[in-house]
Amino acid sequence: MMDQRRITNSIMTTLTAACAFGVVALLILILGYISYQGISSLSLSFLVETPKPVGEGGGIGNAIVGSLILLGLASLVGIPLGIAIGTYLSEMGSGWYGTIVRFVADTMIGIPSIIFGVFVYVIVVLQQGYFSTLAGSLSLALIMIPIVTRTTEEMIRLVPKSMREGALALGAPEWRVTMDIVIPAAMTGIATGAMLSIARVLGETAPLLFTAFGSRFYNIYLDEPMASMTVQIYNYAISPFEEWHDKAWAATLVLITLILTINIFVRYITRKKY
Amino acid sequence: MAIDLTENTTSTTPRVNNPIGDRLFRGGLIAAASLILIILISMVTVMFYSSRLSIREFGFHFIIGQVWDPIKGEFGALPFIFGTLVSSLIAIVIATPISVGVAIFLVEQAPKSVARPMAFLVELLAAIPSVVYGLWAIFVLAPFLRVYVQPPLQDAFGFLPFFKGSTTGIGMMTGGIILAIMITPIITAVVRDVLEAVPVTQREASLALGATKWETTRIVLANASSGIAGAIVLGLGRAVGETMAVTMIIGNRPEISASLFAPGYTIASVIANEFTEATGDLYLSALIEMGLILFLVTFIVNGLAKLLIFSVTRNTVQSH
Repeated sequence: MMDQRRITNSIMTTLTAACAFGVVALLILILGYISYQGISSLSLSFLVETPKPVGEGGGIGNAIVGSLILLGLASLVGIPLGIAIGTYLSEMGSGWYGTIVRFVADTMIGIPSIIFGVFVYVIVVLQQGYFSTLAGSLSLALIMIPIVTRTTEEMIRLVPKSMREGALALGAPEWRVTMDIVIPAAMTGIATGAMLSIARVLGETAPLLFTAFGSRFYNIYLDEPMASMTVQIYNYAISPFEEWHDKAWAATLVLITLILTINIFVRYITRKKY
Repeated sequence: MAIDLTENTTSTTPRVNNPIGDRLFRGGLIAAASLILIILISMVTVMFYSSRLSIREFGFHFIIGQVWDPIKGEFGALPFIFGTLVSSLIAIVIATPISVGVAIFLVEQAPKSVARPMAFLVELLAAIPSVVYGLWAIFVLAPFLRVYVQPPLQDAFGFLPFFKGSTTGIGMMTGGIILAIMITPIITAVVRDVLEAVPVTQREASLALGATKWETTRIVLANASSGIAGAIVLGLGRAVGETMAVTMIIGNRPEISASLFAPGYTIASVIANEFTEATGDLYLSALIEMGLILFLVTFIVNGLAKLLIFSVTRNTVQSH
């Protein structure tokens, strides 16, 4: 009887360990394959040139710049708003209104990103009659807001109550306490949350398909279609040409390197807290 | 003297000093918070209004209609709803046991020095973009399934309708598997939180009574069951809305077939593929109605998941 229980115990322990190591092995397999396939097509000219017809080379220079512009504009709107809403939730959000806002922010994180693309298409692209950088950035900003909101709230909650009480006892008004004491104390956490949201939307493709659309040229105009790394990868990947598949892998290697660097950096900064 | 003192204390009450600053600050933050509600409400309103043509034309028949023919102007969403449900269910069936296994190993069994880096590596899977999973699925997963998995399955179980048809590697099965890989880190993360929320005293009591580690884990799992259910529902919500990877691998054919090898189509995929090509108001309106359905379904599913997870984790929040 005892034996059977012990055997069950060791079988289950082995199985759960197999699950864990299997999932990690899968990650290594995927990342390893991307590196192996991507590195052969990677070159300096690939990083600066624009896409060209099959057989003539070409690269993702405009797509890298496009992704940065789209992301920069989205961050400009999404990060401050997310921080403001997160601050509201942690400092004043204990009532019924805060509960509703928190619930909606939480639930919006799980809304498929393509829905934000559809929404922005209807309210911006359809009205203006053309795809644009602004529309692409707006859809990314809408995705960022709830993510930054949630991390900001969590990080500000970690600031001890005694710090707020100390400042209030010294006669500081509530807004000074929040702006000068609480937010600076939580700044590292808020910044890492913002960086993770950047890493997340850097990989977004679906909402850009019908907002920023894509472009084969270098472009800095906000009312014109804009290239992005993800849409470029998609276009290369579903093409029938072997040469373009190689380019898809190389572009993926660049994208994955950026995203993983941000994630590992954030992990390094926050390693002591968690 | 005594009268002077009371006058002094009333005139220097700190809150009275700066009421305008506080009121402005409060107002600003409340306005920002209201924005998220405004976004939500305008999304529902705008999408509902923009799909009015299709809603008026097809009504409820939109959901049960099986024909999707843009040229004839006939739009039925059933093949897409079917594809979304089947691919998501395949993903849940594969991802749930694996995710729970990983979470048990990380929380209950592995020493901290192993569990922490491992948990980070599992989380990294969630950082890989959808389009990258799609690329990997096209060139690695699909050929692998076509050569090593699908033919043996067909040889063994070919008499069942699920394993009939040609084994191309592109289709419902591959879509379901890539979805499973994508939602595994999400389910794992929530199950870990839920397991950690179960009090240590329960484990101690069980171990003290002579139960093995696994028997103790079963008690922990029973206590966390509604939270685990929430994690699965959350994973389902993600799978339902995943777009790029599925679009690249599922075959994109609006057919309802019992075979897992057959190509399918999902709601998110048809929006991604046909939105920019939609000619005519009715066509666009039908696609936006698809988006509206996807939006409402994922919103409800996510809300449900949050309530289930909260039912387990709220106790730890209070005790902190």
